[in-house]
Amino acid sequence: MALTGLDIFKQLPKTNCKECGQPTCLAFAMQLASGKTSLDKCPHVSDSAKEVLDSASAPPIALVKIGKGEKELQLGNETVLFRHDKRFEHPTGIAVTVNDTDSDIAGKVQSINKLVFDRVGQIHKVNLVAVKNTSGDTARFAEAVKTVQDNADFALLLISEDAAAMEKALEVAGANAPLICSANAANFDVMLNLAKKYDSPLVVKGTDLNELAALVEKSGYKKLILDSGAREVNKVLADQTQIRRQALKKFRPFGYPTIAFADNADPIQAVVDAGVYIAKYAGIVVLNTSDPADVLPLITLRLNIYTDPQKPIAVESKLYEIGNPGPDAPVFVTTNFSLTYFCVQGDVEAGRFPAYIMPVDTDGISVLTGWAAGKFTPEKITEMLNSCGIADKVSHRKVIIPGGVAVLSGKLKEMSGWDVLVGPRESAGIPSFIKQRWGA
Amino acid sequence: MAVTIAKEKWTSKVGEMVLDADSSVKVGGESTLPFLQFEGDIPNRPVLALEVWDLEPVDWPEILKAPFAGVLADPVAWAKKNVEYGADVVALRLMSAHPDFKNASPEDCAATAKAVADAINVPMIITGCGVEEKDAEVLEKVGEALTGKNCLIGCATEKNYKTVTATAMVNGHSVIASSPLDINLSKQLNILMTEMNLPANRIAIDPLVGALGYGIEYAYSIMERARIGALMGDKMLAMPVICFVGQEAWKAKEAKSTDDESPEWGAQERRSILWEVLTTTTFAQAGGSIFVLRHPESVKQVKVHLDKMMESNAY
Ligand code: SF4
Repeated sequence: MALTGLDIFKQLPKTNCKECGQPTCLAFAMQLASGKTSLDKCPHVSDSAKEVLDSASAPPIALVKIGKGEKELQLGNETVLFRHDKRFEHPTGIAVTVNDTDSDIAGKVQSINKLVFDRVGQIHKVNLVAVKNTSGDTARFAEAVKTVQDNADFALLLISEDAAAMEKALEVAGANAPLICSANAANFDVMLNLAKKYDSPLVVKGTDLNELAALVEKSGYKKLILDSGAREVNKVLADQTQIRRQALKKFRPFGYPTIAFADNADPIQAVVDAGVYIAKYAGIVVLNTSDPADVLPLITLRLNIYTDPQKPIAVESKLYEIGNPGPDAPVFVTTNFSLTYFCVQGDVEAGRFPAYIMPVDTDGISVLTGWAAGKFTPEKITEMLNSCGIADKVSHRKVIIPGGVAVLSGKLKEMSGWDVLVGPRESAGIPSFIKQRWGA
Repeated sequence: MAVTIAKEKWTSKVGEMVLDADSSVKVGGESTLPFLQFEGDIPNRPVLALEVWDLEPVDWPEILKAPFAGVLADPVAWAKKNVEYGADVVALRLMSAHPDFKNASPEDCAATAKAVADAINVPMIITGCGVEEKDAEVLEKVGEALTGKNCLIGCATEKNYKTVTATAMVNGHSVIASSPLDINLSKQLNILMTEMNLPANRIAIDPLVGALGYGIEYAYSIMERARIGALMGDKMLAMPVICFVGQEAWKAKEAKSTDDESPEWGAQERRSILWEVLTTTTFAQAGGSIFVLRHPESVKQVKVHLDKMMESNAY
């Protein structure tokens, strides 16, 4: 992907004039390849060489911004096909559609604004409101765009292939860099000029990959989002995969984020399709639903897929109450690796038994790894028992540790003064453990 | 402008596993990544199993119990119901063997398994109660009782794989090999089992998946890596992957919480079904081949989706 020193050298004047501060053009090329200098240090490089070098050093997928200020959404800069290679950079933007024919547009936007979910202290929400010119009427579209803009907590995606309607809508919303959707072969020049006029991002829609590439080439514009025109989920998967693969191979026309429309006529299948698009490369997925029962699973999926695989995610290390635990409720110790914590939480809940869970801060690593790395120790557990306030909440002095670290029991009892019960190795054993061992 | 379609030149493929006695139900065999027909063959649609317990489940949410009203205490009737609901496979879980519950004997478990098998005409997955030592004893008897039926039995773990593998070999079954979220452990177990001369195409990998919101991404990436490994010729990763989605999805707070408890999450019925469905379809994108589900509506929805994904997307 990145250029080698030799690739760069081929583009330089090869005069070794030293004005760049390097002894030779080759030395300069090597420095440039390793990012230690910049191309503008050489005053003699030709314009054509500059273009080649600039575009070659640009990221494979351009960064594109939609909206302004607090509402801005950034997409692109992706560098991989698989999340295990390196994390996906910018989570898929979720857009929820409002039709300009809807009866209560402001009310609908309010319900979209409420699509905000808290997951262990982190806030996750949708990103865009899509306004669709379903009526085909120019004035009605502009009016709807105004209502949405006045009420929405999110940036706008304007959907109309009618250039006149788009022009009117942009008179209303153009100052806030909405995403213009879309330019196709028929309306191309007018839409492109509107995008340029308002310095806004533009969706380019082809009837297939070939036409899409041709339109992008023709545009000469950089703030683009790609739509291959596919609408059936199996074909969208193929096109999304092609666009991502080709972009990573530096096929420039496909070096932009994509958009996918989850508009399956079956509302459940539409959610399922959207899930595929989130997992497989869509920059934006457009939903027709604002039902939280549909949106919560999708937002959760996005959170999971876009988690950095190299960095374990941690939950906050504090005392968690499950159910409504009283003074005789059991106290479980675990680590703050989120997966570990969630397993324990889920299984405690499954046991339908109110309890306290105390995830010790192990920098987000699991029980056994934490123990092996000296991060899940009797000292740390004792410190947390003393500092998190559990002693005031329960009348007993019994703490349950994971079965895998039974070896900690003796030292922990000695240091903390609490009785130590060794729990099951797997959290799935918690419900039966409580039944058999607690309160007996 | 003509775009040259980018195709990977994979050198190998996923092994193909037969799930029944007369070779009519198969999984695996893919020579590319999930559903990329433009690049390779996807000869078999992933299969969907519905769970049956030999012990009435007490803590299932009402929404999950409702479709099985009247049959939850009768594994044979429940299994038949699953077939009516369109399950490709019936997954019998011998929960009664658990020492905390009935501590049922291996013989009793085998009798139940036999009764269920005799009542249905779809392939079977048979799993124990999850206590490794007990499962080894139970599966030994079950394997014998169902000899020649070519069931998929498990779960074999690092601790009990020897007994389970031996039973499978003697009685003509396939084995589920479970390892916790680690591709190397998975591979290691597959090697140990094939070293006992169990053919590689009679092993299904169980990566112990988590549900949406509860670690789905770990198994997702392990499955993607395993598929890439398989396509690049690693025979010890080239087994079909089984995902026990139902048990995980229905444990999620988002699936269990009622309308009253979490009004801001929308209706429980829709949300809980979507939790199970999306967990499944996401794993299908990563390379899952056998899905063990709980709710019949999930089976219906996933099937519609998979049928669509099986349509060609060749250019
Ligand atoms: S300034 Fe340019 S031409 Fe002169 S030595 Fe450096 S790279 Fe070569």
